[in-house]
Amino acid sequence: MSRHPSDRRRTRFWNAPFGAMRTNCAITSAEAGAPTDITTRKVRQVVSLIRRRNHLVAPGLQYNLIVTRCAGKPYSCAVQGITEPPGPSAQAAADQAAEQAMLARLKARDDQAFDELVRAWSPIMMRVARQFVSTDASAQEVVQEAWLGVIRGLGAFEGRSSVRTWVFRILTNVAKTRGVKEHRITPVSSLARDDDARHTVDPSRFRSDDDPLYPGNWTPAGRPQRWDDDPESGVLRGEIRTLVSAAVEALPDRQREVVVLRDVHGFDSDEVCSLLGVTPENQRVLLHRGRAQVRAALEHYYIKEHV
Amino acid sequence: MSVERGMQLRCEELVELVTDYLEGAITDPDRLDLIEAHLQLCDPCSIYVEQMRQTIAMIGQLPKTQALAQAEQLPERIREQLLEAFRAESSH
Repeated sequence: MSRHPSDRRRTRFWNAPFGAMRTNCAITSAEAGAPTDITTRKVRQVVSLIRRRNHLVAPGLQYNLIVTRCAGKPYSCAVQGITEPPGPSAQAAADQAAEQAMLARLKARDDQAFDELVRAWSPIMMRVARQFVSTDASAQEVVQEAWLGVIRGLGAFEGRSSVRTWVFRILTNVAKTRGVKEHRITPVSSLARDDDARHTVDPSRFRSDDDPLYPGNWTPAGRPQRWDDDPESGVLRGEIRTLVSAAVEALPDRQREVVVLRDVHGFDSDEVCSLLGVTPENQRVLLHRGRAQVRAALEHYYIKEHV
Repeated sequence: MSVERGMQLRCEELVELVTDYLEGAITDPDRLDLIEAHLQLCDPCSIYVEQMRQTIAMIGQLPKTQALAQAEQLPERIREQLLEAFRAESSH
């Protein structure tokens, strides 16, 4: 492919609108002849990818896009030099580091470390165990037995999987064996218990179906208002932490289990599906309803605070 | 991108698609495009999506011990037994 030297380095700026926020996307290098419409589309795809990866789209954040084309392939667009805001990925790295440190302490037979782990993980382990056995007492025994398994296995554990994955695998094995003994068939993935909430946002916040202009869109009074402070930055204020914690606790069982496993403990969706015996679709529905309710609790707090 | 395209999706529907969207579970490119188009046009929905992200981040900051009711904690007695078992194993 022939290149025109003058075309080799073109810089184009897109102002990709994100509602009220605007993010600069700069194409820092584009191969000669890359048609504008293709690159514009690619910019949108990349921006959509950034958003799906849970990178926060912050005003003024600059994404540098590089447009290239491999022989015979369509133009592709890569992102360079994203200043990554603290988000799930930073969180994941911190979690991993914490887990390594925890494993080292366990291996060194630090009993305080063990006790911390038991306190931190047992509640959600109880919830998971409860999927397989018929009583709370039985679930408690399963968790206890799983921890004994962890104690015995620790010497031989080489850290090929994460401590978390290892512990929960022991847990589900114990729970399944116990469940079979109790003649309880493995988890029922029914949504029946949580099925009452078809809408996660109060329907009265949307215009009615016979609205002449925008049926189904937000009413002026119903629109979400921006939350004033940036709740993600830094440590949660005690008050908000209590609120979020209470909102999570108040969720129906299945939603709470999914939200706690996904968002507090950081399991991925596949892991959660196998721990709770739900389908990926059910997992997403439960996660969605749970998160939406916590969001609603926060909204209530922020709005009340500013009235 | 036309305004009509973005408005083919109602806000009411979008709020129920947020998690699928954030999870990357919307595999139909046309559907995805519709959502993107809507978000570019609609401030309230963009705010809603942003707040769902903020919510996720805030839940993620909860201490693991605080995320579930204390009622679901193992009884003190069992924790003591486990701790003893841990110490006993260590002394082998």
